[in-house]
Amino acid sequence: MSEKKIKRREFLFTASYAVGVVGVGAVIWPLVDQMNPDASVKALASTEVDVSSVEPGKAITVLWRGKPVFIKRRTTEEIAEARAVKMDDLKDPQKDEDRAKDPEWLVMVGVCTHLGCVPLNDKGDYNGWFCPCHGSHYDTSGRIRKGPAPTNMEIPKYEFVNSNIIKIG
Amino acid sequence: MSDHEYVPKSKFGKWFNDRLPLLTLGNHLADYPTPKNLNYWWTFGGILTFCLITQIVTGLTLAMHYIAHADLAFESVEHIMRDVNYGWLIRYIHSNGSSMFFLAVYIHIFRSLFYGSYKSPREIIWIIGIIIYLLMMAAAFMGYVLPWGQMSFWGATVITNLFSAIPFIGEGIVQWLWGGYSVDNPTLTRFFTLHYLIPFLILGLVVLHIWALHIPGNNNPVGIDIKKPSKDTVPFHPYIVIKDGFALLMFMIVFAFFVFYSPNILGHPDNYIEANPMVTPAHIVPEWYLLPFYAILRSIPDKLMGVVAMLSAILILAALPWLDKSKIRSAVFRPLYKQFYWILVADVIILGYVGAMPAEGLYLLVARVATAYYFIHFLIILPVLGFKEKTIPLPLSITEPVLEGPLSSSTIKKESLN
Repeated sequence: MSEKKIKRREFLFTASYAVGVVGVGAVIWPLVDQMNPDASVKALASTEVDVSSVEPGKAITVLWRGKPVFIKRRTTEEIAEARAVKMDDLKDPQKDEDRAKDPEWLVMVGVCTHLGCVPLNDKGDYNGWFCPCHGSHYDTSGRIRKGPAPTNMEIPKYEFVNSNIIKIG
Repeated sequence: MSDHEYVPKSKFGKWFNDRLPLLTLGNHLADYPTPKNLNYWWTFGGILTFCLITQIVTGLTLAMHYIAHADLAFESVEHIMRDVNYGWLIRYIHSNGSSMFFLAVYIHIFRSLFYGSYKSPREIIWIIGIIIYLLMMAAAFMGYVLPWGQMSFWGATVITNLFSAIPFIGEGIVQWLWGGYSVDNPTLTRFFTLHYLIPFLILGLVVLHIWALHIPGNNNPVGIDIKKPSKDTVPFHPYIVIKDGFALLMFMIVFAFFVFYSPNILGHPDNYIEANPMVTPAHIVPEWYLLPFYAILRSIPDKLMGVVAMLSAILILAALPWLDKSKIRSAVFRPLYKQFYWILVADVIILGYVGAMPAEGLYLLVARVATAYYFIHFLIILPVLGFKEKTIPLPLSITEPVLEGPLSSSTIKKESLN
């Protein structure tokens, strides 16, 4: 009889705690989630860019989701240099063919994968980009070659709307 | 803590104190028995309280004029500097005040390290202090973001990106911190909110810090337990109040020198350029008080491990009461520890220096050696010293070495103090 009573009480305690935890969680979640990117931020998620005026060997920088995106029209030498690299020499192995759908155009998020600085164009030991903050060197395909950055510069989702317009996002 | 029950003199005082014993608390604070040999390194607790109050008062007044919006923040700070009555003064006190706050807190921490104030029975005081120090760094970092200059923006970008080093969930955490896909307006408004909140959290922790201090009482330069009250102690008021007051006055001269003669020397000119997400300044350097940790971050070639090392460098301090195995508190009686203490001080200063320099060549090598030594000090040297070190005999009381107590061994102890 008494043992049965204790079991019932334990069950009630456990059930009360469980309901309490769910309740507290339900209250905390909105308070945490309000800090995530809001609807107005998400609404600005894509940008269209006219690239007709970009000469070979030149790059432009556009703002997408508050971040700079590099659009580089590469020269044939730069393409050749990027494609000649052996995969074994790369910290984050990735073929140039996979990074630039159209070899002439390299579209990538211009943010160093170390701590988020903007690398400088045509600088560094690999003729690509160099991050002045903590010294990461990127090649002509935006791949990390030397320095603390762990990965290659990110390729965003993009498409050619027509031969002059690139839509990022 | 006093040995008599306090009774207010006036009738109203007694009536009030029976209902809320504030006067008893005041009496406890005034009579609080304090070791009579406290030197000037012990005055920084009072100085730090002054720094906190100064930051809160100037911060509240600045918040009356500042606008936390990405388009308006930079201009509103210039508005404070040019248009608001005495705005330049209040802002310069606030911005230099953070440096003065850290200067004082570093002296306070290193005093604790030298005299072993973190040891039993004062571990909780020490750990609360470390939490206060962490909150100070968070407040200082977020405050630096508010003017929305180039250093503000890129400092915020680099520091928030530290969290992206966490495997799998890092990217999500960073976007959650930003409220977007980069540092932007949502980041600024939340940083302002937290910058406003943290000083009051610190204030609460300061009350706990002092409460925990008043249980065992102050450590002292000799580092021995003393009877309280006894001929080894003096009442807090007026003795310590006057001494703290004098030290505070000297400190305020240094403070005023920075505010009135070189208000921008501790800042970076780049922060007078408005934030631009397209261009990173050539040299990103944090404020001077964060440089040693920045050097540790950069000395590790791996992103995640760099972040782990930097956080460990701070958190290892919380474990200090258990890493230091020596029962003797004061370095005065620990000839070997005393030398390693000064090597550590030099090590931290070297880390601060290389943290301000570019992370390449010789600087990087020095940073790596200094980082390694920092951890060796806490993880190897301190535990080993606890077993191996031959310490100097302690006096039985603070008074004994001065008055030549009756004990036959006292002459030896006296020599050891000199």
